[in-house]
Amino acid sequence: MKILVCIKQVPDMESRFKLNAAGTWYSDQDLAWRMNEYDEFAVEQAIQLREQAGDAEVVVLSIGPDRVKEAMKKALAMGADRGVHIQDDASYGKDPYQIASAIAAYAGEQNFDVIFTGMQSQDRGSAQVGLLLAGMLGLPAVTTIVGFEYDGSQATVRRELEGGLKSVVKLSFPAVLTCQLGLNTPRYPTLPNIMKAKKKELVSLPIADLLKVEALVTTAATRFPERKGGGLILEGDVGELTEKLVAILKEKTTVLK
Amino acid sequence: MKALLIAESRQGKILPGSYETLAFANKIGAEAAMFLVGSEDALPKFDGRLYLADVAAAGEYNPDEHLRLLLEVVAKESPQLVVLSHSSYGWDLAPRLALALQAGQVSEVVACEGDTLVVPACNSKLQRVVRAQSGVTVVTLQSGAFSLAGEPAGTPTVEKLAAQAGAKLEFAGYEEAEKGGVDLSKAEIIVSAGRGIGKPENLVMVEALAKALGGEYGASRPVVDSGWAEHNRQVGSTGQTVAPKLYVACGISGAIQHLAGMKKSDFVIAINTDRDAPIGEVADVLVVADLKQFLPALTDRLQK
Repeated sequence: MKILVCIKQVPDMESRFKLNAAGTWYSDQDLAWRMNEYDEFAVEQAIQLREQAGDAEVVVLSIGPDRVKEAMKKALAMGADRGVHIQDDASYGKDPYQIASAIAAYAGEQNFDVIFTGMQSQDRGSAQVGLLLAGMLGLPAVTTIVGFEYDGSQATVRRELEGGLKSVVKLSFPAVLTCQLGLNTPRYPTLPNIMKAKKKELVSLPIADLLKVEALVTTAATRFPERKGGGLILEGDVGELTEKLVAILKEKTTVLK
Repeated sequence: MKALLIAESRQGKILPGSYETLAFANKIGAEAAMFLVGSEDALPKFDGRLYLADVAAAGEYNPDEHLRLLLEVVAKESPQLVVLSHSSYGWDLAPRLALALQAGQVSEVVACEGDTLVVPACNSKLQRVVRAQSGVTVVTLQSGAFSLAGEPAGTPTVEKLAAQAGAKLEFAGYEEAEKGGVDLSKAEIIVSAGRGIGKPENLVMVEALAKALGGEYGASRPVVDSGWAEHNRQVGSTGQTVAPKLYVACGISGAIQHLAGMKKSDFVIAINTDRDAPIGEVADVLVVADLKQFLPALTDRLQK
């Protein structure tokens, strides 16, 4: 079985963001980078499936500048077998259609049995790439999975809907599955596995070899949202904060008797 | 401008997001037709043309067939915009449609400004202003971003579509979340724990504050996903929607899915080390502090 897992490297969402010089995206300076959280569940599910299937291989793929190899090394340390890095210093400017096209150009010749990816990225959050990729490869796709079982011939997945409801969907491979938070418990890479990962194959391919299409959506500008609500901000010594907050609760609410 | 609005029905009911697509069309002054895979027994309240496929034949989750039907309607209506909710149905169907039409898709739209659309990025800490470069544009709308001024009203002119059975994906039914335990929707005071509590042992501080205030404790998605709290404690679009007199968000960044579940609370206090956290947008008071020091101090003070 051949398994592909597509991941993205994103900034820590608690970062204090600044805009880039062109004002089209966040500046990539002074940020802590990590694997897109949704993708951690995708990597874990890929590895679990390989462990179950036995004779199987997990390929991890990511698009971006050289720094994204750090996120790929984490996936390799979690247990992926090898990495394919699509080198693109300007990946932040590509739209989901272009990103999916580049992945499809690579994956089209590889005949993967199953492709896992996060349901969306934490930074751009379009929730499109997995489905576009599936469409380009002519594969069925199920999004937002929070449950996955494979019985050797058929997969049963649980799709998360609103309000705690899930739908149960059965499908055969090949297929694309996009992963929601909580699908499994992503493992932490152990030190021996981090060492082992350093020896695993990680090839880089130039984006120009794979991407042949123009963007369908372009970014005119990126900005900070206007703060609408923005209530009172309290900072300082814990003792004083407590007194202030209790005073506010007494004045503004009826919850303190 | 012509817009095709994608209504949603689930388990025999029209979902409220359907009317948000209508509010969006009204806002941009578009002429609207609607598409629904549903039933004649539950039609959306809308004065206009409704293309209706029977859910009993098409299936409630059968994206290939829903897409095929939708493409039929797009061919008839030639809309410039196809509008869906950014919901589990909408975000699943929209890219399939966009690809089939070679259309640009703009996800989770919160505003329309001239010929551009505004979408959130980085957990709503940023906004992107985007422009589609295609003749047709597919958009999904952030839940709650657009709403009708009044109650939905009207009766559609129904045009039926013939749905076909058969699918690559076999929909095998629904699973409800486990019921029972606490009902947060009835609580007047809720103190919720988010990822910022750091480790499960710290949940006791949140529970203690809830108890001192005479309320219940809740949790955000990551806390429930990590198994630190039960699902019946989860506040947000995939958990419970609550509207207590007081909501205290402890270490909750304020992802849109969480805000959707608690923004109708009367009074919101957020406690967070990140003063830029989006929870600040809905908080009446944002306390910038370390939970491990602040929560026990506040609990002690309330118990005096």
